[in-house]
Amino acid sequence: MLLAEITNKGLAALTYGLGAIGPGIGIGYLVGQAVQAMARQPEAAGMVRTTMFLGIAFVEALALIGFVVFFLAGA
Amino acid sequence: MLALEFPPLSHIVNWPGFVGDGQWWEINKVVLIYAFAVVLTILVFALGNKKQLVPTGMQNVAEMAVEFVEDGIVMETMGKEGVKYTPYMLSLFFFIFFTNIFEVIPIIQMPASARIALPLFLALLSYVIYHGAGFKSHGFGYLKHALVPPGVPKALLPLVVLIEFISKFLVQPFSHTVRLFANLLAGHILLVTFAVLTSGLFVPKWYAVFAPLPLIGVIFFTAFEVLVSFLQAYVFTLLTGVYINAAQSHEH
Repeated sequence: MLLAEITNKGLAALTYGLGAIGPGIGIGYLVGQAVQAMARQPEAAGMVRTTMFLGIAFVEALALIGFVVFFLAGA
Repeated sequence: MLALEFPPLSHIVNWPGFVGDGQWWEINKVVLIYAFAVVLTILVFALGNKKQLVPTGMQNVAEMAVEFVEDGIVMETMGKEGVKYTPYMLSLFFFIFFTNIFEVIPIIQMPASARIALPLFLALLSYVIYHGAGFKSHGFGYLKHALVPPGVPKALLPLVVLIEFISKFLVQPFSHTVRLFANLLAGHILLVTFAVLTSGLFVPKWYAVFAPLPLIGVIFFTAFEVLVSFLQAYVFTLLTGVYINAAQSHEH
């Protein structure tokens, strides 16, 4: 089935919801670990924060691609 | 029971032109935001460039912001050899931040980055710059540097090169674009949703007592969007720095 043929809005929204699970878990785990690292070694906080934002950016991209696909399929 | 009508997507991101509607040079809200953001970015440069030893007022703010980009982004990602990219990174950061922040400024309330043209252009500009930096630093050996990670077994080489090519030359600019674009579009839609909900509940019926709830949502998410506009400008600039560093480094 072509992407353009799917015009079911409910299905598109549901699919985006499914696609958001993975990045949600990923970001939660990532930030939790970063906070732990910062608490254990406060002098490395700056470096950890930069790396954390980088990681968030990469993980978040997956959710955002899902968001774009939602509009392609549902709107 | 509730008369809620969510405007179609084209109504919340497309704006009619003030001048020359439909022409290629059409001047609409988004174009004005671009122009304004350029002026503000130049202003930051002008204020940060003052030679007063003890900064006062706005010069203080501008110097702090410049220092943030230089220490927090350029030095963190590229180190000493990245200092020559500071002007580009500075203009990138401030231009994206100012185009984003119009999302929460009353009356205007339109993130210019929610139109894909701007993120796409900036991502392609960065794409040219970081691959250019790679070719400048390695010559044609850059292709080997970019596509062949060290210590890969011979048998896996074709597969690894293919994956690296797709991820570095095709997917990277795409995700760079979509990250900024989709974040701002999502934020804009979120604010519109809560505003529509508030106005839908603001009627002389019993359920009008629920109207304050989405109103609180609007206020809360407006504050959240300020954070998002800053964070997305930061992330976009940070990633540009990381890509430049990955292209020009000699570590392998």
